[in-house]
Amino acid sequence: MGVLSKITRNCNHATFLIEKKLIKPLSLRERIFLKIHLIGCDACRLYQEQTIRISQMIKNLFKESPAGNVTLDEVVKKEMQDRIEEKLNQN
Amino acid sequence: MSNELDPHHWAQAHADYLYAYTRARISDEELARDLVQDTFLAALEKVRSFEGRSTERTWLTSILRNKIIDQYRKKSSGLLDADVKRAEDEQADFFNADDGHWNNEPAPKHFGIDNYDPLHSKEFDHILMKCLKKLPALWMSVFTMKHLDEEQTDTICTELKLSASNYWVIIHRAKLNLRACLQKNWI
Repeated sequence: MGVLSKITRNCNHATFLIEKKLIKPLSLRERIFLKIHLIGCDACRLYQEQTIRISQMIKNLFKESPAGNVTLDEVVKKEMQDRIEEKLNQN
Repeated sequence: MSNELDPHHWAQAHADYLYAYTRARISDEELARDLVQDTFLAALEKVRSFEGRSTERTWLTSILRNKIIDQYRKKSSGLLDADVKRAEDEQADFFNADDGHWNNEPAPKHFGIDNYDPLHSKEFDHILMKCLKKLPALWMSVFTMKHLDEEQTDTICTELKLSASNYWVIIHRAKLNLRACLQKNWI
């Protein structure tokens, strides 16, 4: 396998670099690899678009859920407070 | 505004908040309840170290946060547990073993996500949640710390005791599985 085809064929490494790039700047070598790879690879270009979108979706999902509607039963809270009081009285 | 501690009102004032905070990070209800209770009891032992520089709630949350990370760490000890093994098997055929090129079937294809509208996202969220739940606990912990707490890479590595290279492998593998799961299940 020639040097160039090692770059153009290796989608496994290209997707790895796409993920890394979303978090921190790539090295020069990594940037060149990715750039050359993406020129010829439709699948990885699509992967890049989709994974950016997925990160955004995860962020949205975590932001809005589930804090609003998750609460504890009053009985549970009472039990919690009882154990706090118990411990306070020990000291 | 005085920052003083009032343990006699902790459960009433903070239990719901702390519980919701925990459940956003740990799905197990019983474990989440235990962590909140543990937090209160651990806090009582630390009242002396409270200096009033933060609010009572912020202070309790920081104690809770450490307990949650301990849980993550507990779940993730041993990188090669069955959980991770299963997730790795799922992606064994994503790429050609010789040159790393996408195999035909699992390669990215256009699907609903390409014109995803965040305003009408309830169903999408549901599928995303389902796919996230399939990820190994360790991978999920990394995701939660990154996307929910927006922690820096260094912090995540230190707290979960991961090497940097392991971290990048996890980020990559988790996304590969997640994207594949979405492509498969998107209606």
